[in-house]
Amino acid sequence: MEDRPIIEVDGLVHRYGDFLAVDHISFGVREGEIFSFLGPNGAGKSTAINVLTTLLPIQEGRVVVAGHDVSKNPAKVRESIGIVFQEVTLDRDMTCREILEFHGRLYSMPREERRRRIDELLELVALDHKRDTLTRHLSGGMKRRLEIARGLMTRPRVLFLDEPTIGLDPQTRLKMWDYIKAVNEEGTTIFLTTHYMDEADRLSDRVSIIDHGKIITTGRSYELKNMLGEDIVYLETSDNSATRALLEDLESVTRVSEKDQGLVAVVNSDGTRLLPHIMETLGKHGITLETVNLKKPSMDDVFIHFTGKELRDGGTERQVTSAARAGRR
Amino acid sequence: MAGPGFLTIYWRDMLRFVRFKTVLVSSLVQPALWLAFFGIAMAANFDRLAGSVPTIPGVPVVSYLTYMAAGVIAMTTLFTSLFGGTMLLFDKNWGLMREIMASPLPRNHIIFGIALSGMTKSFIQAGIIMVFGIFIGAEFFLGYSAGQTFVSLLGILLFLGIFSLGFLFLSAAISISLESPEGLQGIITLLTMPIFFASNALYPVNAFPPLLQIISGINPLTHLVNGIRYFAIGDDFQSIGIHYTATTGEIALSLCVLAIFASIMFALAYWRFQKAVVT
Repeated sequence: MEDRPIIEVDGLVHRYGDFLAVDHISFGVREGEIFSFLGPNGAGKSTAINVLTTLLPIQEGRVVVAGHDVSKNPAKVRESIGIVFQEVTLDRDMTCREILEFHGRLYSMPREERRRRIDELLELVALDHKRDTLTRHLSGGMKRRLEIARGLMTRPRVLFLDEPTIGLDPQTRLKMWDYIKAVNEEGTTIFLTTHYMDEADRLSDRVSIIDHGKIITTGRSYELKNMLGEDIVYLETSDNSATRALLEDLESVTRVSEKDQGLVAVVNSDGTRLLPHIMETLGKHGITLETVNLKKPSMDDVFIHFTGKELRDGGTERQVTSAARAGRR
Repeated sequence: MAGPGFLTIYWRDMLRFVRFKTVLVSSLVQPALWLAFFGIAMAANFDRLAGSVPTIPGVPVVSYLTYMAAGVIAMTTLFTSLFGGTMLLFDKNWGLMREIMASPLPRNHIIFGIALSGMTKSFIQAGIIMVFGIFIGAEFFLGYSAGQTFVSLLGILLFLGIFSLGFLFLSAAISISLESPEGLQGIITLLTMPIFFASNALYPVNAFPPLLQIISGINPLTHLVNGIRYFAIGDDFQSIGIHYTATTGEIALSLCVLAIFASIMFALAYWRFQKAVVT
């Protein structure tokens, strides 16, 4: 049964009182892939992950993880998964080794296997020199790595990572990605939630964009970007509304939207060849071009395209571009 | 699987207990200090007052220090046990509770694990008070043979064990249900007051008003103190002018009350843990 997804979610609904946190979502995660839930804070990502990991009782719908139904056999699901929570959940007063030892004992791992696994994992996450250090003395990145090691202690078939790089500095995030990829290459399926565009884009095989408790779209990140077209052209002109009308007449322009003080045109042909043509047309109509920018679609654009809004508090790249934009104003 | 499960929780709680030398030392020294200062000061007063009361002929007289040492053991066990579950609240908010809840460990093992480590701590403390108490003049096990002392010690541990389990279950139930440490502190303080003062730990209940006597009669602390005094002092003695007798039946009844109390508290904890959602 190679093709059978390792996580199957069908019509999952979760309410907190009247608030609909997860609204009829269905998706599947294939064995061996890195699958991301990308969405803003409060989109329902953590609620979904909590149901999938049996921490929240399932209210409506069906969830099967590693072949076990979450509602019928939560204990089996628990044995097959590893979890790294969004907040740090380490005992500050235990050492790295003790944290892993505790976890292994919780899952009734035999003593010898526990020892071996602790050695292996501390090496994998480069914490062997911190073996007997209390976790209160670890840096943020080290804590995260220790938590990932803990999630892997029992050789789970699926590792759930809830916002794995939240609050980490850019360099540490890059390293985290390397660790996550290394773990994945060893055969562990990874399900992660993130509100960082670049994380979803670069780390995962497939992405689901989630907003207001609904899955808006799912696909490989290049597929999602290609859905938008070849290139994206950003223009600021002396007469944006006239420009907009002109752009919409062009055959290769699929979509025009307003952004900041300019226009964003999504084009399905080679933008470098189209741009001179646009400039010429604008010139003919006496419209002055103030700024022009040509780029490939990013996950940012994908997100804006599908949800109609920007993802706040995004990755580092995002912050750089918005800072640059702010500076330009 | 039953063995390793709760032993994991036990192992970790004991690890923390011995790791913090200040907490460890203060938790061991504090009850001894109680006995030393309060005990000696009150004993001086009570024994002076009791001196004016005629003693009942033919009944062994027991000093107030001996009388209240049993109470201090009980009181320390009460406090330690009531606070024994608080780790769970901290774990829930900042620690390992999510990890534990997401693991295959059955939830009643969390209760058993935490109760077992709380009980161990109580035993250690009780042992220290007993040794220290005897050192400063409490007349425990007076005239007992080695065999009798051993049996009496077992009896005391039995009473202490069941009593502490009851309050540890209660403490665990409260901790898993609450969100804030402040609330927990408040509730525990609220509980300790009536339990401690409406009992026979430090003074006789004979002169209590009827209502207070009823409360004291159903108070698990009173029954624990009865048990400790029975085993440590005897079934027929007088202290501060009051004649104490205890039959085997009465002591068995006290043990039953404690067992019933512990069972109810376990049911409460079990229910709270089944309902608990930690995310």
